[in-house]
Amino acid sequence: MADMITKEDIRKPENLVYKKTDLMTDKVLSYCPGCGHGTAHRLVMEVIEEMDIQEKTIGIAPVGCSVLAYEFMDIDMQQAAHGRAPALATAIKRLMPEKFVFTYQGDGDLAAIGTAETIHACNRGENIVIIFINNGIYGMTGGQMAPTTLPGMKSSTSPYGRDVQMMGNPLKITELVAQLPGTIYVTRQAVHTPAHVRRTKKAIRKAFENQKLNKGLSFIEIVSNCNSGWKMTPVQSNEWMVENMFPFYPLGDIKVND
Amino acid sequence: MAKVIGDIVIDIEKCKGCGVCVPVCPQDVIALSKNVNGKGYNYAESVNDDCTGCVNCAIVCPDGVITVYRKKIE
Amino acid sequence: MKELRLMKGNEAFAEAAIRAGADGYFGYPITPQSEVMEYLMAEKPYERTGMVVLQAESEVAAINMVYGGAACGKRVLTSSSSPGISLKQEGITYMAGAELPCVILNVVRGGPGLGTIQPAQSDYFQSTKGGGHGDYRLLVLAPSSVQEMADFARLGFDLAFKYRNPVLILSDGAIGQMMEKVELEEQKPRLTEEEIRKNTPWATIGKTKDRERNIITSLDLDSARQERHNHKLQAKYRQMEEEEVRYELINCDDAEYIIVAYGTSARISQKAVDLLRAKGLKVGLLRPITLFPFPTKILQELSKKVKGILTVEMSAGQMVEDVRLAVGNQLKVEHFGRYGGIIPSPTEVVEAMETKIIGG
Repeated sequence: MADMITKEDIRKPENLVYKKTDLMTDKVLSYCPGCGHGTAHRLVMEVIEEMDIQEKTIGIAPVGCSVLAYEFMDIDMQQAAHGRAPALATAIKRLMPEKFVFTYQGDGDLAAIGTAETIHACNRGENIVIIFINNGIYGMTGGQMAPTTLPGMKSSTSPYGRDVQMMGNPLKITELVAQLPGTIYVTRQAVHTPAHVRRTKKAIRKAFENQKLNKGLSFIEIVSNCNSGWKMTPVQSNEWMVENMFPFYPLGDIKVND
Repeated sequence: MAKVIGDIVIDIEKCKGCGVCVPVCPQDVIALSKNVNGKGYNYAESVNDDCTGCVNCAIVCPDGVITVYRKKIE
Repeated sequence: MKELRLMKGNEAFAEAAIRAGADGYFGYPITPQSEVMEYLMAEKPYERTGMVVLQAESEVAAINMVYGGAACGKRVLTSSSSPGISLKQEGITYMAGAELPCVILNVVRGGPGLGTIQPAQSDYFQSTKGGGHGDYRLLVLAPSSVQEMADFARLGFDLAFKYRNPVLILSDGAIGQMMEKVELEEQKPRLTEEEIRKNTPWATIGKTKDRERNIITSLDLDSARQERHNHKLQAKYRQMEEEEVRYELINCDDAEYIIVAYGTSARISQKAVDLLRAKGLKVGLLRPITLFPFPTKILQELSKKVKGILTVEMSAGQMVEDVRLAVGNQLKVEHFGRYGGIIPSPTEVVEAMETKIIGG
């Protein structure tokens, strides 16, 4: 029977089950092939579309690979100095409590240069959402060691692997902010499989719903890949992430205060 | 018995050929083409008619280049 | 109705900011300006006008909060003193690049480094030449009284929004700490969202269906566009030079010699002018009120009439370079300064004028 159905019959608007949200612009993403940033961007925009809060949302782009996030997200956006996104978000939300405010930051931005801004925004319980992409490396500058680079992991500034005696330990900042009274929801997710994408989207939705209810700061870490920085194919990098990143950065909710 | 039949449309000029969609397809519908697009990427393409419209490929596609349709057949 | 009060300079600035309809203050304590935030916290402006006051975790965070608020078209401000202003330079250059209006108060103390907590004017270069990286200028106002601390809070916002540029109020520890009579303006209402959407259509306060999204950034990876952006910034600074120069002339009509001094140094120099006049010496005072744009034209005019210029600064000599640039080599220009937190006395200024200029 299926043989009688043509592709034209299937490709009709009433049969549409998934297409890229209109809140993502048509600009080609500046990310490397297979990079999780694109998926993470899209999930945030899907949640904003579904909650119908485009007119009330202000996003903050960081410095790092996602510095140009404002090119891809069709909402009002500000670009912050390196690490300072939570400070911008703090002021925006306090000046306009009725708006939705989120930051989108990488590991270098959030967990190295911006550690103070991150911890204090979390500790004050700013009513914002922080989306934290952890790929264990500085992608944009060419694969240098990040605060989240695993012990033994190679990068261009730890070419023989991260020696924790010499270079210090990776920082589990997500566990750290979960200790602070100002965070309401802290979770670690991933976007490499359909099931993980669905869970991450649920988490992002929950975070924005928390903001709607003025509950405090929601912090979502997304463990992601950097196939260019890790020098692997996209599919290999996802496998490597599962084998190496997840044991050190286990997925799941860390703090849920409902 | 009701059956679903699906189809995907890939924006091949925006596809970067990362291949993340390939292993997540339960029906092995997608493969990377031997041909390249304007950017030089071996883009993803459907290679059979077994698509069920499950959207797995579309939701893991980092570049959002896959549109999915699904039709119920009585 | 206007109101008369006896206040510290720092307090007058804070009260005037509330009355100027400020939406938010973000700061970090540092001597000798902590009274600004202390006053605001005690005054509860969030109850008076809805103004937000927040003590940030650092000067770096504070200026970036200002960035966030300014990018929403809000009237936002911060204050600090020299070491804290150094920390804020990152945020300030980003704001200049992204063309964001704000008011920044620097109650200057002696440096370099942690220096001293006593008054100084040694941040002139930092204030007037940019301060952070890249080609940019701040519009710099130099108050010399508690009254001007109050007046410039309001003027600062007007200028910041006129030019979409940060305005720096370059005060010092003496003016911040001293008490004087001050006349305070009436409360100006804070901006409504409708006014923000109308007056500052670039503000990121939510993309409505009738417009494209707004983006506030200082980044442009295309060098040709970045150069065009820089041309636009430079044009703005030239417009400031045409339209915003402010200064005060005291006893300059018949002057044979003039002192150029701003802020606290101007007040001391005014006394020195009186002492020199009492000796029969025709000395006048030019007090720059804007340090950028610098009152170059009036200096050039005065230089044709006078025999010498003395600059008095609480620094090793910074503004003197701009005076020399303005008048060239035709005229004797010397500097007298005390620094590291020392305030010069009028008699020291008299002596400097007599030895370095008149008799020199």
